[in-house]
Amino acid sequence: MSATSTPVGSITWQARRQESMLALTWRRFRKHKPAMVSALVLAIIIAACVFVPVLLGYDMYNAPVELRRQPPSAAHFFGTDELGRDLMMRIWVGGRISLLIGISAMLLSITIGTLVGSLAGYYGGWVDTVLMRFNDFMLAIPHLFILLIVAQLLRSMNMPEISGGPLPIIVIIGALSWMGVARLVRGQFLALKSKEFVDAARMAGAKNQRIIWRHILPNAASPIIVAATLRVANAIITESTLSFLGFGVQPPMPTWGNMLKNAQSQMTIAPWVAIFPGLFIFITVVAINYLGDGLRDALDPRHVK
Amino acid sequence: MTRYIIQRLLQAVPLLLAISIAVFLLMQAIPGGPMAAYENNPNISAEDLVRLREELGLNVPVPQQYLNWLTAVMRGDWGTSLVSRRPVLVEIGERLPNTLTLSLTAFVIALLLAIPIGIISATRQYSWFDHVMTTIAFMGHSIPVFWLGLVLIILFNVTIKNPVTGGPLLPGGGMYTIGENFSLGDRLVHLILPASVLILFNLSVHVRYTRAGMLDVLNQDYIRTAFAKGLRERTVILRHAVKNGILPLVTIIGLEIPNLFNGALLTETIFSWPGMGRLFFTSIERGDYAILMGVLMLSSSLIVLFGLITDVVYAFLNPRIRFE
Repeated sequence: MSATSTPVGSITWQARRQESMLALTWRRFRKHKPAMVSALVLAIIIAACVFVPVLLGYDMYNAPVELRRQPPSAAHFFGTDELGRDLMMRIWVGGRISLLIGISAMLLSITIGTLVGSLAGYYGGWVDTVLMRFNDFMLAIPHLFILLIVAQLLRSMNMPEISGGPLPIIVIIGALSWMGVARLVRGQFLALKSKEFVDAARMAGAKNQRIIWRHILPNAASPIIVAATLRVANAIITESTLSFLGFGVQPPMPTWGNMLKNAQSQMTIAPWVAIFPGLFIFITVVAINYLGDGLRDALDPRHVK
Repeated sequence: MTRYIIQRLLQAVPLLLAISIAVFLLMQAIPGGPMAAYENNPNISAEDLVRLREELGLNVPVPQQYLNWLTAVMRGDWGTSLVSRRPVLVEIGERLPNTLTLSLTAFVIALLLAIPIGIISATRQYSWFDHVMTTIAFMGHSIPVFWLGLVLIILFNVTIKNPVTGGPLLPGGGMYTIGENFSLGDRLVHLILPASVLILFNLSVHVRYTRAGMLDVLNQDYIRTAFAKGLRERTVILRHAVKNGILPLVTIIGLEIPNLFNGALLTETIFSWPGMGRLFFTSIERGDYAILMGVLMLSSSLIVLFGLITDVVYAFLNPRIRFE
């Protein structure tokens, strides 16, 4: 208590305060029960994606035909698909690809969104007008329609090494989903750029670039982290949608989306083929969204639920 | 107000022009472009190809092609489908009402459910009702639309049977029973599953925003004043709080309009619903670029238009915007 009133004490008080920023966030995060459970669920899913395929050791691509469409059993926990491949194996390998795409696409869309949003918010004027009109324009074309067309475009280009793999999908999703992030970051910059610490930095001779990246951006980190979490969830859904429609990752490489591609024709005879991959998308996305919720509560004390 | 509307209308014009340019360029970029459907056809000779290029106006520079296309579009000539050889506007015109039936039904039902749910959730925050509803909203937001469709088909078409006839409980696809005469009941039964998917999806978004908006408003001073005046809770909520509380919902509806089209594409594809989304999807697979351009232009224009309408509604509800 008295520490805050003496100059020397105030320094230690501040130092302790800064040190405990992470601890403070963690303490608030721990109180959010759904987020804690979700973190655990995600840890289990990630661990399973890494280890289960190694432990199971089924052949992911070839399987005896007589094993096709086996309902879930002790030998095949999630059953087998129309080619006799073990779904347990394919789900965890598919999970690797789906999570990889989700996280990479998030990184790309956060990078573009942060770049566009900071420049628009910081410079204002015509830069802001141009960038935000571009943002409006990107939002005015139905997302899925343009994703499908661009996916088709990339697919028809002659790029055998990457075509049908995860890379084009990451690029498409990342490049077409940064608009919300840009708006968010722009809002943060508009609010922060008139603060005293920015004036102070400018007085000290800091250049625009330094003020943007070293002074303002770190202060806008919390909402960006939350947005990033939610973008992973969205990217996983988008990937599964594209792959389900046949415009994403191509078989035989499994993802949670393309495992559902043939499921519709199997629904009457082998409903488990349609249920399990989707269930894992659902569980993962719910968990990530709750994680984002918990992070929001933990990082932003002003945010009252 | 009129000035505000005119101002927003004028802003929409360059946006629409930019969209038209982008759509046009995208179609140019697709390999083979407009001619792809013919070039692979062994029955069409080289001379025919030249003649076709001329006929389609492809022998002039690209900017000129764009201007020609744009003027034609303005005149209502949206080209001809490369597959069915029927005018694009006719093809779309046949499908649009089906899409609107499905999407708007779902949208309106979701809204009618979401506003009361959101209001009750906010006024009874942390009650069991609130917990159940926020959880459902959270789940609905995280479920892949297409998978929900598949699960509903498995449940209500494959697994659960109609106790009287022994057939499926609900139809799993199509807009009506083939071979039967038109009946409203038949149409409605076919609407249930695809509409449910869209309702849950819309509902989850709308409940979250109504609840959040109401919670913000309920903590404000003027609400306390209204209570202090001795007004009944009903009056305070319905007369004072709701108008401000649903402002975030209005904004989000404007932003969610594009999602109506995305949702339509998925549900229509899964439930074989003969709408615009499914038309778009099959046209991509067939490379029918004339239809693709038409659907893209129309849906983008509708998005801009609905965005405009939500802005105007927002300004009507929130006078601070109007007079800025």
